[in-house]
Amino acid sequence: MVEAQYRFRDDEPVADPAVTVDSFGEQSNAAAVRLEPGDDARDLLPYLDRLRLVEVNFPSFGDGRGYSSARILREAGYEGELRAVGAVFVDQLSHLRRCGFDSFAPEVALDPVDAENAFNRWPDVYQATTDGRTPIWARRHPGGNRG
Amino acid sequence: MYQYDHYDQAMVDTRVEEFRDQTRRRIEGTLAEENFRPLRLQNGLYLQLHAYMLRVAVPYGTLSSRQMRMLGDIADKYDRGYGHFTTRQNIQYNWIKLEDAPDILADLASVEMHAIQTSGNCIRNISSDQYAGAAADEIVDPRPYAELLRQWSSFHPEFLHLPRKFKIAVIASDTDRAAMKLHDIGIQLVRNDKGEIGAAFYVGGGMGRTPMIAPLINPFVPIDQLITYSEACLRVYNRYGRRDNKYKARIKILVHELGKDEYTRQVEAEFAHLLSQGLEPPLAELERIKAHFVDPPFEEGLPDDLDLGDPDFALWVKSNTVAHRRPGYVVANVSLKPVGGIPGDASADQIRLMADLARDYSFDELRVTHAQNIVFPHVRKADLYTLWQKLDAADLATANLDSIGDIIACPGLDYCSLANARSIPVAQKISERFAARDRLETLGELKLKISGCINACGHHHAGHIGILGVDRKGVENYQLLLGGCEGADTSLGQITGPGFSEDGIVDAVEKATDVYLAQRQDGERFLDTYRRVGMAPFKEALYG
Amino acid sequence: MKILTGNDLRTGAVIWWDGSGWSLHVEDAVDVGEHAAEILAREEAARHVNASYAVDAQMTAEGVRPAHIKERIRALGPTVRPDLTLKPADPSALNWVI
Repeated sequence: MVEAQYRFRDDEPVADPAVTVDSFGEQSNAAAVRLEPGDDARDLLPYLDRLRLVEVNFPSFGDGRGYSSARILREAGYEGELRAVGAVFVDQLSHLRRCGFDSFAPEVALDPVDAENAFNRWPDVYQATTDGRTPIWARRHPGGNRG
Repeated sequence: MYQYDHYDQAMVDTRVEEFRDQTRRRIEGTLAEENFRPLRLQNGLYLQLHAYMLRVAVPYGTLSSRQMRMLGDIADKYDRGYGHFTTRQNIQYNWIKLEDAPDILADLASVEMHAIQTSGNCIRNISSDQYAGAAADEIVDPRPYAELLRQWSSFHPEFLHLPRKFKIAVIASDTDRAAMKLHDIGIQLVRNDKGEIGAAFYVGGGMGRTPMIAPLINPFVPIDQLITYSEACLRVYNRYGRRDNKYKARIKILVHELGKDEYTRQVEAEFAHLLSQGLEPPLAELERIKAHFVDPPFEEGLPDDLDLGDPDFALWVKSNTVAHRRPGYVVANVSLKPVGGIPGDASADQIRLMADLARDYSFDELRVTHAQNIVFPHVRKADLYTLWQKLDAADLATANLDSIGDIIACPGLDYCSLANARSIPVAQKISERFAARDRLETLGELKLKISGCINACGHHHAGHIGILGVDRKGVENYQLLLGGCEGADTSLGQITGPGFSEDGIVDAVEKATDVYLAQRQDGERFLDTYRRVGMAPFKEALYG
Repeated sequence: MKILTGNDLRTGAVIWWDGSGWSLHVEDAVDVGEHAAEILAREEAARHVNASYAVDAQMTAEGVRPAHIKERIRALGPTVRPDLTLKPADPSALNWVI
């Protein structure tokens, strides 16, 4: 397990080591898994009831597959901890949050002021995701018919 | 045209402040270039051969005169008095200072403009038909749909680190003026048997080193599922597009390697899942946007004839104007291709003049075309002569639209750090060689496109005549391609054979046109003759 | 000879390593021999230069001349806008490039 620098949850962090997706399916008591960019997040969907921590690894700033992995898990109803680990930088934080990440374990610690600014940057958002924020189009049409 | 509400304005203003902060951290040293680079690119800021270059978005190619005037003012205030209009309907400034860039973005935001996602591995500025809202053949104005997609794609949290850049074009007529099938996603708005509007999705086209024509993957996506379907197309690409090789990372390679059917199957499965996720804005949002694109107050009962007594004016009318859907009006094109000039460049004074003329003669509106020209979309025929005179006085009335003089050219090695050869000098020499009016008229429609490297920003694959600059042992060399075409009958040009020197390529183009003139039958354009007779007679003339 | 070029971080201007700092003029460039990587790493870290790299060049009667046309255009400016180059008044400058 990688220590999180930021965690937006009140529950007790999982202490177990995160195992690979391959071994997760075989270990019926494991609660933490680590997703690499090439892993299919949908392989975890049968186990959502016992999953409490998913670490999504970002090997580089430019590898954006983890954003899709996160949304897929949240869209499927996963409510456990979703932790971004690895090459996680200040300027990704708001987008990672939007995709469902609620904890962050960057390999290089982030400047606290810069990180705070980044988390609070955007007053509104254009897209609907599972993060609970109301997209601008919904604010423009409160109670409007859904397309 | 579209006007920001306070939400749109806040998003753009926030982006300016975000980039100001990022620039500060880069200069102070807490943000490394490795991580700053993708951020500055997503704000349109490149580091080019001579300086930073800023690419400003012109969403779906539409500008107000106020915005156009700002583009001219920025050219004077922060650059060297000119700008370059690009094949993606954007404008680029070539001499930008990093420390000025946040202020430029702030100036742009003050007129509802930005440089968001004009570069980088994300969804780029959305392009469209430059005659949208004016064309006689459109089933609907495509721009509200493009604006809906613009808002969806701006700062999309999942799709800011795609395997590679991603370009979307939206059109709404059978005549494709936006090279739609050469985009990552080309959307054609269509009407079904019940009269409903939907979107035909063509996915996996592109130019670059592996040019491909996008296959149709869905002939009719209901319009109230447009965003959700787009999201599905992007998610499959973000997850499975290749990241091991930059040159195989575009979606065209994924679609090609999976096969159209398998890619489509995956998109449809993702789409079925996403439909339950509430991603789609309500139709009321589309209606809200559409209300910004209502017709300007066209006058009724205007005379529909023109006095063509001035032969120079008559020639320009024939060459540079297009039928408008309303009687008494016409669409007027400004060629940014003066003989011997730099394709797509305009001085700050010319930009401001075009802004004033749009205010006075075109309901305050201008368009940028993918052929690097400017359009006045709604001109009263009664005003056309005056407009032409004013354009002519500013060297903006070259009568050569869609002719061999109307060359598309990338900046090439004169400006671009990726280029292998210069493009602009070749364009200049060709336009001078064919400058004589009777030559232009005799050759008729002939689209010539030049790229200075395999990345194909000059669309050489899609030129009736294409030229590709390469580096042969440190010397510029130019390959000739024939038979490319964008539009409904999109085709990719074929290389004739060994390349030519800078002067040799100009001679080779002339030989190719001689073959055309000798072989053509009644009414054939260069492209038609090439398609009928094939490559052999051209090869014979060039190398025989 | 090996010479070093890059862009000024703040202004973007093309600059050349002159042995103790960065010059706008390729004529000032010096041969760095085997030290290219070490100088570039130090100068990038100090944020004096961005996107720097080493190029081959020759010493000619007219001074330092980069081996490839790309860096010669870089040194002078766009060949299609002589007015914007470093030598707007010198028509022979273009011959030096090509």
